[in-house]
Amino acid sequence: MRRIYLDSNATTPMRPEVSAAMIPLFDGDFGNPSSIHWFGQQAKSLLDEARQHVARLINAETSEIVFLSGGTEADNLAIRGIAEAQKARGRHIISSMIEHHAVLHTCKDLEKQGWEITWLKVSTDGLVNPDDVRRAIRPDTALITVMHANNEIGSIQPIEEIGTIAAEADVYFHSDGVQAVGKIPVDVKRLKVDLYSMSAHKIHGPKGVGALYVKKGTTLKPLVTGGGHERNRRSGTENVPGIVGFGRAAQLAREGLEIESAHLRRLRDRLESGLKARIPSIHINAETAPRLPNTSNIMVDFAEGEGMLISLDLKGVAVSTGSACSSGSLEPSHVLTAIGKTPDEAHGSLRFSLSAMNTDADVDYVLEVLPTIVERLRALSPYYKRA
Amino acid sequence: MPYSSKLLDYFENPRCAGELPDANAIAEVANPVCGDVMKLWLKVADNRILDARFKTQGCSAAIATSSYATEMIIGMDLQQARAVTKEQIAEALGGLPQSKMHCSVLASDAIRAALKGFA
Repeated sequence: MRRIYLDSNATTPMRPEVSAAMIPLFDGDFGNPSSIHWFGQQAKSLLDEARQHVARLINAETSEIVFLSGGTEADNLAIRGIAEAQKARGRHIISSMIEHHAVLHTCKDLEKQGWEITWLKVSTDGLVNPDDVRRAIRPDTALITVMHANNEIGSIQPIEEIGTIAAEADVYFHSDGVQAVGKIPVDVKRLKVDLYSMSAHKIHGPKGVGALYVKKGTTLKPLVTGGGHERNRRSGTENVPGIVGFGRAAQLAREGLEIESAHLRRLRDRLESGLKARIPSIHINAETAPRLPNTSNIMVDFAEGEGMLISLDLKGVAVSTGSACSSGSLEPSHVLTAIGKTPDEAHGSLRFSLSAMNTDADVDYVLEVLPTIVERLRALSPYYKRA
Repeated sequence: MPYSSKLLDYFENPRCAGELPDANAIAEVANPVCGDVMKLWLKVADNRILDARFKTQGCSAAIATSSYATEMIIGMDLQQARAVTKEQIAEALGGLPQSKMHCSVLASDAIRAALKGFA
């Protein structure tokens, strides 16, 4: 069966150049970068090169890149590391209601330990208002953490404005950039972030590796202690094959950014206008917000998301949904709830997330199969009345 | 895929879908947590279910279990139909992931709700 992958905000396939770059690391260049002999130094130079590529992707210095196991660990190190280092100043954190679970549950865990969290509301387009950030800052605020781009609806937050506010108030500012990196230009200096999370497998790199940008001079308590790797920020022998793959993926992402984001935007817009023309009563979330070029989150009236997902999967198309029916908790997506959608509306949500590897033919195929699926499911709905 | 091929067959090719114009027992039940909703039409005579149809707005498991249960109760006497359990329906379709068990509650609840007016 023809298989089309439109779930790239979940993960992406590695580019062939990335796996090719990683293979020599498993046998020939297997050394430990901490060793001073030839084998170790060979690995170290590859590690340094990868660090340069990742740093360059976000306009950071190489000394500001901490490699670790992925986006979740990056978020944990940023939030817990700052919280622990700053607790003398205060135990107040500002975050938003649409964060990824890696931030959300980490903040909630700190809440249980006596930290106070201000959860910023977002607009119906999924945007944080920078003025709300300004108003939420208190003398005991230790950290502001607001994601750069949302994984479900793709809304891009006004990070630069929040960064300016944080800098003026002298409060540390972390942003989860896992979905933004590689899809839109990222310049940590312009964004005025102190900490920025990244993940390799969202940009056609390997799983199990990510990075945290830590601005020079930031005091951070490590989560993992040991041999003092990564400038004492994250101990443990580096995942050299993964990091080298990440480096190559970052290099390719930077080189292709302009062309690829235009390609993604064109495909995404074609998908959305095609669906709107073919399926009555659908809505596009965050449609008017600054939005990732690859993400489309739609809501279909009188059809349920998991049913559409399974139907599409049976036709070879992979997507995701924020419907309660697909979550183990039976709760609708917290992001859709935060932008004011009722559980009923969230019930019919579908997320398409594209990558540079998708083609016009992929979009054509979805436009061909989805209208029939929706029509079939609507015919089964006790509420749907054909117009 | 977390589902059996039998369940997927009932999802893709639901039996007994639609409305029953001469139904004399109708019920609509909803799952307030996830938003799934099922409507059931029954034609009942002489303590027996002569015919049944359903409509469901919900996930694949909700649609498949609705369809299977509706098909299964045709010909049953009312006592048998009321005794149908969600576990029975789920098992017949190859089992459901634990988090999905609530879906098949819709069908067994709908049967009992529709038969409320009958002795």
